[in-house]
Amino acid sequence: MTPEKWTVEQITTTTMEAFADTIVPGEKRSPDDLAVAGVASGGGAVASGALELLSDPASGFATALEALAGLLNDHAGRFALEHGRELDDAVPAFVALPYADRAALMLRLTAPDNGERDGWVALAMLSNMAFDTAAHLHTADAFAREHPGLSIIGYARPDTDGLWRFRDHSYGGTPAATHPDTSPSGSPA
Amino acid sequence: MTSMERTDVLVIGSGFGGAVTAYHLAAGGAKVVVLERGPWLQGTDFDHDFKLGSSYTRVFDFVVGDGMSLLSGNCVGGGSVVYFAAMPRAPRFAFERHGGIGRRMWPAAITRDSLDPWYDRVCEALPVTRQTWDDVSYAGGLFGAACSHAGRTANPVPIAIDTTLCTNCNWMMAGCRFDAKRSLLLNYLPAAVAHGAEIRPLHEVQRLARNEDGGYRVHYDTIDAEDYRITTGSGTIDAAIVVLAAGAGATPTILQRSEATLGPMPHAVGRYFSGNGERLNTAVIDEDRAGELFDLSRPDGRVYAANQIGRGPAVASWDDLDGTRPEYSRFSLEQLYFPPGLGTILAQTPDPTGATWFGPKKKELLRRWPSWLTIFAMTEDDNEGVFGAPPPTGNAYRISQQMLGRGTISYRPTANTLRGWAQSDAEIKRIMEKDGLSTVMPWTNDVVGAYTVHPLASCRLGDDPATSALDDRHELRGHPGIFVTDGSAVPGALTVNPALTIAALAERAVPGIVRAARERGVPVTYGAPSPDGATSGRTATASSAALLLGETGSARPGGHVAG
Ligand SMILES: Cc1cc2nc3c(=O)[nH]c(=O)nc-3n(C[C@H](O)[C@H](O)[C@H](O)COP(=O)(O)OP(=O)(O)OC[C@H]3O[C@@H](n4cnc5c(N)ncnc54)[C@H](O)[C@@H]3O)c2cc1C
Repeated sequence: MTPEKWTVEQITTTTMEAFADTIVPGEKRSPDDLAVAGVASGGGAVASGALELLSDPASGFATALEALAGLLNDHAGRFALEHGRELDDAVPAFVALPYADRAALMLRLTAPDNGERDGWVALAMLSNMAFDTAAHLHTADAFAREHPGLSIIGYARPDTDGLWRFRDHSYGGTPAATHPDTSPSGSPA
Repeated sequence: MTSMERTDVLVIGSGFGGAVTAYHLAAGGAKVVVLERGPWLQGTDFDHDFKLGSSYTRVFDFVVGDGMSLLSGNCVGGGSVVYFAAMPRAPRFAFERHGGIGRRMWPAAITRDSLDPWYDRVCEALPVTRQTWDDVSYAGGLFGAACSHAGRTANPVPIAIDTTLCTNCNWMMAGCRFDAKRSLLLNYLPAAVAHGAEIRPLHEVQRLARNEDGGYRVHYDTIDAEDYRITTGSGTIDAAIVVLAAGAGATPTILQRSEATLGPMPHAVGRYFSGNGERLNTAVIDEDRAGELFDLSRPDGRVYAANQIGRGPAVASWDDLDGTRPEYSRFSLEQLYFPPGLGTILAQTPDPTGATWFGPKKKELLRRWPSWLTIFAMTEDDNEGVFGAPPPTGNAYRISQQMLGRGTISYRPTANTLRGWAQSDAEIKRIMEKDGLSTVMPWTNDVVGAYTVHPLASCRLGDDPATSALDDRHELRGHPGIFVTDGSAVPGALTVNPALTIAALAERAVPGIVRAARERGVPVTYGAPSPDGATSGRTATASSAALLLGETGSARPGGHVAG
């Protein structure tokens, strides 16, 4: 749904969701979902809680999100101009970009020669962590809520006490010969 | 300012370098204080939980630099709490390396032969044991089979793990909840405390100054237990001897910051950093092919899909550790586990056109996470890391509440290092892609630069004052009474995991520190047994310890060398 007039908070949320979705894309939450580009099946970083993680004071980015969203939209506006893209100016510029352009801009922002890269790299890492570790939730709660990322990566569930143990863990046998120069203690001689 | 507090020996950091020295000096009768910037967690404090603020983020430190990122411990026990406990000795040739300086970089006094008895001491203390194939994880077994299929040998790596207690949960990086991993919390540190050493967690040392009596004043901040960005106070302690053991990513920054009060540092402080030549590759196993090629299966019928099961590196392949080959072309390969979060973002899809580390194709790769098998190469790099001006506090500009910071290191791999990485990548590809077993891609360096869990050599040992910060007794050149015993002392990449070598060097450094302490009027003896009372390691090192103590006549095997 596109609001008539966007509040700063809505701009920030939608823009940062679009950023997180560029890192780990997911399927749209509803047909008019603007932030999620919808280029992959199953939940992505957004459905996994990227915004909750970024807004968690522990992440170090909570108070910077508004400024970062503004910066990202500036970059997106310039990118569109350079590439002759007509953007829907009713929505934030980064959100208005199609996925391929979001990805191209992401590569530019995180490129080793970009002086601003540190911030974008950290945001990318956190977006990824929301997906594959649900770092804003206790892992047990994440499982209880059917966290999309943990199920998609196939992370096995813990025992009933919330701890992981794997009784079966080894093929045994002797799959390879040991190195001839191995010391009695098992180190390189 | 007058200092309220005095101690004989002040140890900075409680990882391998700090714990080993703190134990021996306390056991010898010195008053020892250990300042550790991280929290003191143990046993059931170690969570199986990825949430920010659980032990997974409290106990380690991820510092992103320019071209190199460092992962280290941040807690009492340091890297031993977060490490994977693979404990091989370094191969003989590693000690003979020249690196970029045109001469042997290790001090003449240290060779594999002369270090072996010191290695023995650490192996007795932790203890380190040789695994059998029945101990190794599915990932290790599959890697072993792949090595053999490609005409290579493979070895279960020696480990500091009690396999009878291990549940193969693979939460080692969050600290071992089952006390299976023999971290320093189970041996040297409790033994140090039993001998009166005081360990103060959440104390971050910032700088040192010299006192009129030739001793040192150590300035520290106290750190909030939850938000490491917050300083809760500060203080100083005077000491006759300071042992820096804050790790290779932190020791040089403390010394750089102290330059204003201590005077010029040796040129090598904050230079010659090595990431141990590390390189990671992710193989995505074709489950069917793996079954056909190796006739392997798990009790539940699956072939592999066991990325999550086990305990870090279980199997290594050492065929390329051939000392007759030229420098920079030798490396070891090790199967490794990295948990999600830190171990997934850098994995790449083979897509030459678009993004390789994010996007829809990367998500497809993430769907196959259970079939990932990570291969770790430790190559010979060129000690090319340099630390810039120190940050205002600690070793990095802290970004998040815990874990993430921006460091001052810059690392530009030379052609030698790049060639070593390319060679090991190619060999991993040959092994792991043979007959369609898997598809392999190295982790990208474009995101956080190269990546090391084995920071080394930022303040290194050597005989040449121009290229080493420490003499062969670990004393900082030009600053008598300051010793460095952590990974920053190791002169260069080892081609294997370094913790055992760091610990063995720390054991070897102790007699020299005892000698310096005595010269400063501290009544301390040398010759404590292993933390659990065992004495065979002590007996074997008695004569070389006597030499380092400067008391060649008084070595009495099995007994205390008189103080
Ligand atoms: C995930 C992971 C897995 C690893 N697996 C293995 C393995 O299997 N085998 C192996 O050999 N090695 C492994 N390592 C590496 C190993 O942990 C390190 O090489 C080793 O711990 C280094 O020992 P150290 O004494 O140099 O420093 P550390 O163990 O890093 O100890 C330094 C201590 O100093 C503290 N400190 C830092 N700055 C300050 C300050 N200003 N004031 C006070 N305290 C400070 C730190 O918090 C830390 O506790 C691994 C490392 C990681 C991160």
